[in-house]
Amino acid sequence: MVTNITSFGRSGLSDWLMQRVSAVILAVYTVFIVAFLLFNPDLDYYAWSGLFNQTWMRIFSLLAFVALAAHAWIGLWTVTTDYLKSTRLRVGVQAVIILGIFVYLVWGIQILWGA
Amino acid sequence: MSNLQVSVYRYNPETDSAPYMQEFQVDTKGRDVMVLDVLHIMKEQDSGLAFRRSCREGVCGSDGMNMNGKNGLACITPLSDVVKNNKLVLRPLPGLPVIRDMVVDMGLFYKQYERIQPYLQNDTPPPAIERLQSPEERDKLDGLYECILCACCSTACPSFWWNPEKFVGPAGLLQSYRFLADSRDTATSERLSNLEDPFSVFRCRGIMNCVAVCPKGLNPTRAIGKIREMLLADAT
Repeated sequence: MVTNITSFGRSGLSDWLMQRVSAVILAVYTVFIVAFLLFNPDLDYYAWSGLFNQTWMRIFSLLAFVALAAHAWIGLWTVTTDYLKSTRLRVGVQAVIILGIFVYLVWGIQILWGA
Repeated sequence: MSNLQVSVYRYNPETDSAPYMQEFQVDTKGRDVMVLDVLHIMKEQDSGLAFRRSCREGVCGSDGMNMNGKNGLACITPLSDVVKNNKLVLRPLPGLPVIRDMVVDMGLFYKQYERIQPYLQNDTPPPAIERLQSPEERDKLDGLYECILCACCSTACPSFWWNPEKFVGPAGLLQSYRFLADSRDTATSERLSNLEDPFSVFRCRGIMNCVAVCPKGLNPTRAIGKIREMLLADAT
């Protein structure tokens, strides 16, 4: 068995399952947002803010953000292990990716509950 | 009809500093011969040309090579299947170290094959007669046991090119499922636990190059999907 310590779930099976579950969540969220924009052609700040003031929308959005974070980690980790053969470079890029994902996640939470 | 223009990958590490393509003009006398026949005609022109071949009928899997960009067995690939604009480009199987000309080092390929333990394991006492299978159990092995290990699929797979030491590759995984699916094998859970890391099986991205090139018409992608289903059923 091949060992690994920087993959998302430390297991190919768990990463694979998480990649598929997060993809479904992101697809549902995308369809919802696009549909909301289509059904509200005269969208103003109050309608947009009203949508995100509701608890279910915040939960739905946070779910989508977490799914995006996991999805990005698993996908980009795979890309780095395919193409970056220098260990120093690979670990460095993986660290930058994970840090970036963490920053975006916290920033997203702040936007959701901050306004 | 003009002669077939063939461009062949040549590399002799003892005398050449770098690989190069050598041009041949081959007179096929208008017949739709196999690519292997063309190689033999070229060998008459230049006896130094090295390639593997044995059975010349698609059973031994020795003459897997890249013909006009697609992997296949030279002995069962007619010119009409691959030649475009009267040109044929022959290269060794991609992704494996070249020993000389069209001959590649299959070491990594066999190492991955060895890793999946390609033999029946059964820890129950042997019966007085053979371990019998029902016709339905035997049917599960169809489409799996026919693999001749020619390496056309694994060397057409980018995941195998990038991680040949970690990703088992389509050929190895097809054989892995052949033993996972066998009713006489009792090592299923040990086999599965050796495959659940992010590389061995899960580096497959399902692009199906393996299915497109398999000269025996087998479907490694389907077998990989079955292994994933078994892993999921075992671990959830």
